[in-house]
Amino acid sequence: MSADRPIADAVIAEIGETPLLPAHLTPALVSEQVTSVTERPARLGWWLYFGVSLMFLGVLAVSVSYLFWEGVGVWGNNSPVGWAWDITNFVWWIGIGHAGTLISAILFLFRQRWRTSINRFAEAMTIFAVICALLFPLIHVGRPWHIYYTLPLPNQMGMWPNFKSPLLWDVFAVGTYFTVSLLFWYVGLIPDLATARDRAKSATRKRVYGFAALGWRSSNRHWRNYERAYLILAALSTPLVLSVHSVVSFDFATSVIPGWHSTIFPPYFVAGAVFSGFAMVMTLIIIARQVYGLKEIVTIKHLELMSKIMLVTGSLVGFAYATELFVASYSGNEYERYAFTNRATGPYWWAYWIMLTCNVLVPQLFWLERLRTSLPVMFVVSILINVGMWFERFVIIVTSLHRDYLPSSWGYFQPTIVDVGCFVGSLGLFFTLFALFLRWVPQVAMFEVKAILPGAQPRQRQDPHGEHHAQPALAVEEA
Amino acid sequence: MTSARAVSTRPVLLLAQFETPDEVIGAAERVRDAGYQKWDVHTPYPVHGMDTAMGLSDSRLGWIVLGSGLTGLLLAVSMMQWMNGYDYPLVIGGKPPEAYASMVPIMFELTVLLAALGATFGMFVLNRIPRHHHPVFYSERFEACSNDKFFISIEAEDEKFDPNATRAFLDGLEPSHVELVEETV
Repeated sequence: MSADRPIADAVIAEIGETPLLPAHLTPALVSEQVTSVTERPARLGWWLYFGVSLMFLGVLAVSVSYLFWEGVGVWGNNSPVGWAWDITNFVWWIGIGHAGTLISAILFLFRQRWRTSINRFAEAMTIFAVICALLFPLIHVGRPWHIYYTLPLPNQMGMWPNFKSPLLWDVFAVGTYFTVSLLFWYVGLIPDLATARDRAKSATRKRVYGFAALGWRSSNRHWRNYERAYLILAALSTPLVLSVHSVVSFDFATSVIPGWHSTIFPPYFVAGAVFSGFAMVMTLIIIARQVYGLKEIVTIKHLELMSKIMLVTGSLVGFAYATELFVASYSGNEYERYAFTNRATGPYWWAYWIMLTCNVLVPQLFWLERLRTSLPVMFVVSILINVGMWFERFVIIVTSLHRDYLPSSWGYFQPTIVDVGCFVGSLGLFFTLFALFLRWVPQVAMFEVKAILPGAQPRQRQDPHGEHHAQPALAVEEA
Repeated sequence: MTSARAVSTRPVLLLAQFETPDEVIGAAERVRDAGYQKWDVHTPYPVHGMDTAMGLSDSRLGWIVLGSGLTGLLLAVSMMQWMNGYDYPLVIGGKPPEAYASMVPIMFELTVLLAALGATFGMFVLNRIPRHHHPVFYSERFEACSNDKFFISIEAEDEKFDPNATRAFLDGLEPSHVELVEETV
C-alpha cells in the first residue's frame, strides 16, 4: 500500500472500477488456498475428471498404436487432400498454446497486474498444448523414427536439412517455443515450489518439492537476478510467440495454392491463436476455480477482462475473414475467387458457416456486460470459440486442397475413425496432463499475487542514497 | 537443529524476523549503513526498492543474455551457410544456396533459444543455485519466509560480525524475533 492510496481509491471509485482482489486476502491466505490443493487428498471431482481424461488418453494410445502398425493410410488423408485433420489439429493446438505466452509475457510487459491470478494456468496450458501439437506432425511424417532427419545432425548420406523450407522453420520455431515456454514456466514456479517445500509435513514432499525448488531461500540478492531473468524471458517470449504462429502460417502462405497464398496469414493466424487460447484458458479456469474454491483469487473481474480480449481478437479474426473475401474479389484472380466462393457455398459450406458463427457472431455477445460476467455464458462461449477455431483451420486446409487446378483431381475428404480417435485422444492427453498439474503444482503464481496485495509493498520513501521509490499512483488494478 | 548441544557448534548467521515490508526495508537500510557486507534480506516476494535499501548494484544478467543471444545468431548463420551453401549446396526455388533472406526465421529462433537458455541458466549461475544446504534452512522459523514473513540474515563470516554486538545491533532494529543459527563442527 502506498501513501497515495487515497488518490488511487478515489480514482478507482470515480471510474467505477471494482477492486481486483478482495480486501481480506492476506499473503498467508494465498499460500493456504493455493498450496493446500496439493496437500489434501484429491476430491471426488478430480478423480472423475482424471479418470475420464485417462480414458481418452487410452483412445489416443489405441489409435496411434493401430496407426503405427498399419501406416498413415488409416487416416482419411489422400490425394488431393494430403493435409487434413492432422495439420488442423497441429495448428489448433499451437494456437491454443499462444494465449499462455500472451498472458504470461505480453501482459507482464504491459504491467497488467490482473494476469498474476491466471498466468500459471495459462503457461501450463501452453506447454501441454504444444506437446499435443507436436504429436501430429510427428505422426504425419509417416516414419516417426526418422524424425531426427529434420535436425541438422551429421549422417551417412552427408546431407543436411533444407533451411529454405518453411516446414523446417517450423521445427526450429516450435522447438524453440516449447523450450522457452518450459523455461519460463519453471523459472516462474521456483519461489512457489519453495513455499510448497516449506509447508510440507512429510519427508517425501519436502524432498520432492525441495529438489525442484533448487534451494530457493527468497533472498533479495536472488530476487534481483530473478526478476531480471523473468523480465528478459518475457521480452524474448513476446516476439517469439508472434514468430511461431507466423512461421506456422508460412507453411501455407509460401505455397501456390489458392486460399493459402496470402500475405495476410501471419497477423491473421496470430490473432486467431490468441483468440482460441484465451477461450481455452477460460474453459479450464472456470472449471478449476469452481472445483478448488479459488473464487477469491480468480475473480469474475479477471474473467470479464478475458472476455473483453476474446471480443477484440474475435472481431480481428472476423475482419481478417472479410479482408480475405475482399482481396479475393478485388484481385481479379479467378482461382482465388473460386477458392473463396467454394469455401462459403461449396461442398464444405457447413464448415465455413460453423466457423463464421462460432468465431465472429458468438463473441459479439460479450458486448453486454451482463453476458460477459455470467459464468454459464462465458463457459459455453469459450467452448464454442474453440470449436469455431478448429473449423477455421479445417476450412483453410481442407477446402483449399480439395479443389486442385485439374478438375480430374478434385476430391472430398472424409475422416476415418482413426482421425477421430487421434483428435479426441489428443484432448485426453491434454486434460490428463492438466489434471496432474492441478493436483501437484501450485496452480496460481502465489508470490506474484502476494506482491500486488494491499500493503504488500513498502510505503513511498525517500532514501538519501538512492532514487525515490514510489508505487505508480494510478495502479487501478491494485485492490 | 539450532540447539544441538551434545556436539560442539559454531555460529553461522544471525537471523532477524520482521512482520511487514516497511519494517524490513527500514532495517535493511540501517544494516547497509552499518557497513555489513555478507548479509541478505529474505522476502516472500520481491519488495520494491529493496535493492537500493541494500545498496545492491544492477543485475548483470543482461550481459550474459546479450552474449548468449549473439552466440545463437552466429551459430545459426554459420551453420546454415556452411551446410546449405558450402558443404552440400542446395539450389531451391532458383535461389542461390547462400541466400540470407530465407535463413532469417531460423536466425531469429536460435537467437531467442540461446538467449532464453542464457537468461535461465545465467540467473542460476549468478544466484549460485541449485544449493540445498544453506545455513538459513537450519532455522525452523525461516520456513515462514516463503509464506508471509520477512528476514534479515547476517553471516558470521562477515568481517564486522560479532555474536554479541551484531545481535544487539539487530535487536535495535525492532524485529519480532532474533535467532542465532549454528552449525555443528
